[in-house]
Parts: sequence; structure tokens; C-alpha cells
Amino acid sequence: MTVTVLLFASYAEKLGKSSIPLELAHGATVGDVLTSLQRLPGASRLPTEPLVAVNERYARRDHVLASGDEVAIIPPVAGG
Amino acid sequence: MRSAIVERPIDTAALVAEVASVTNGATLLFLGTVRETNDGRDVSGMDYTAYRGMAERELADIVGEASSRFETSDVVVEHRLGTLGLGEASVAIAVGHPHRGKAYDASRYIIEELKKRVPIWKLEHYVDGTREWVAADGSKRAPHGEAAVVNGATRVEP
Repeated sequence: MTVTVLLFASYAEKLGKSSIPLELAHGATVGDVLTSLQRLPGASRLPTEPLVAVNERYARRDHVLASGDEVAIIPPVAGG
Repeated sequence: MRSAIVERPIDTAALVAEVASVTNGATLLFLGTVRETNDGRDVSGMDYTAYRGMAERELADIVGEASSRFETSDVVVEHRLGTLGLGEASVAIAVGHPHRGKAYDASRYIIEELKKRVPIWKLEHYVDGTREWVAADGSKRAPHGEAAVVNGATRVEP
């Protein structure tokens, strides 16, 4: 199955892109996405346990993904 | 009750008018504005970006929570994106309530939750021509090993 990983702000700059399609095994979790991301160039500059949102809601590492999910890696927020 | 992410200057008078009611004895307007120094560096401006759909939903959730928790539907919040100059308002929170205590409480709740949960980021531009992403609570980065918990998700900065 394929999910779309979204990167923002400093994280998008570190990896040089803002969207990455990722092929994962059925039943893969948010944690699996983070593991896959660590193999990408520039990923060593991301925190190992970033905040993650799935389909626009904050999610835990053990959240099981479905095909087509939007997985956003959320840098420390700084609104206001 | 309304919240919005906007890409234009915030019309603060319109927000105050929107929460005005003869049932309210207190009307409160909070503005977050771009400050000229941060961490001792001279700031020239700020770029705000967001994960737009999620930011809109989180902001709407927060306004709904404040409304039920502090018992008023006269709550309006706008957060601005794009390039802002010194002194410009990035966020405006207008609250109307029969009594001032809960108006202050609602306004405070909204800004504190917004700063914790709403996926918005700011790129600070300095007078010396450099720029830097601002981390949560205005510091350049979280202290080493600090963990933050948002809605049960944990983040640890490297």
C-alpha cells in the first residue's frame, strides 16, 4: 500500500522536499513510516520521535495505517 | 463562534464587532504581534506557514472547547499566514462573555492551546539578512532531550 508523507517548515528544508510517496506493507504503522524515513538522505537531521499526524489528527507510533493515508511529520509548532 | 486561517491583515475591529452582544458585560481582544527582537537578535519580519487543513480543524476544535468550557459562543479567532512586518498581528482572539473572569480564561485557554497544537510555523528574518525557523515558545530549539506531549503523542527533540 502507498501512503503520502508530508513534511513542513524546517523538516521540509532538511529533506529537500515536502511530499514523499512511501510504499509500505499491509498493516504498517506510523513507527514503520519513521523507520523508512530514516533511510532517506538528510533524514538523520530529523528527530527520531517527531510529532506525527495521520489524516490531519495527531497519532501515536502504533497507529495502523491504511492505503492512501496522509502522514504528516510535524515540526515543533510555533503559531501565535 | 468562528475560526479561520487567513492570508490578509486581520480586521480587529470586525472581530470585536462579531462577538459584541448586549448580553455580554465583557469584550476582550487579544493580539499576537511580530516583535522587533527575539533571543537578543534584531528581527525584520516573519513568514508564517501552516499545514492548512489540520490547522483549521485544530483551531476550530480549540474554539469549540473554549466555548463549552467557559460558557460563551461569542468567540472568534483568526490566524494569519504569509509575510508579516514588525508590529503586525499574526493572531487575534475576540471573546465576549457576561463576566470578565471567564472572558480572560477563554482567551488565555485559546492562545495557550493554539501554541501547543495548531500546526503553524514561523521563519524569522533578521536585520543581518539571516533567517531561522522558530521552535515552540519562541526559543530556537527545545532544550536537549525535552519531551512534549500533544494529545497523547510524544515528541523528543534530538
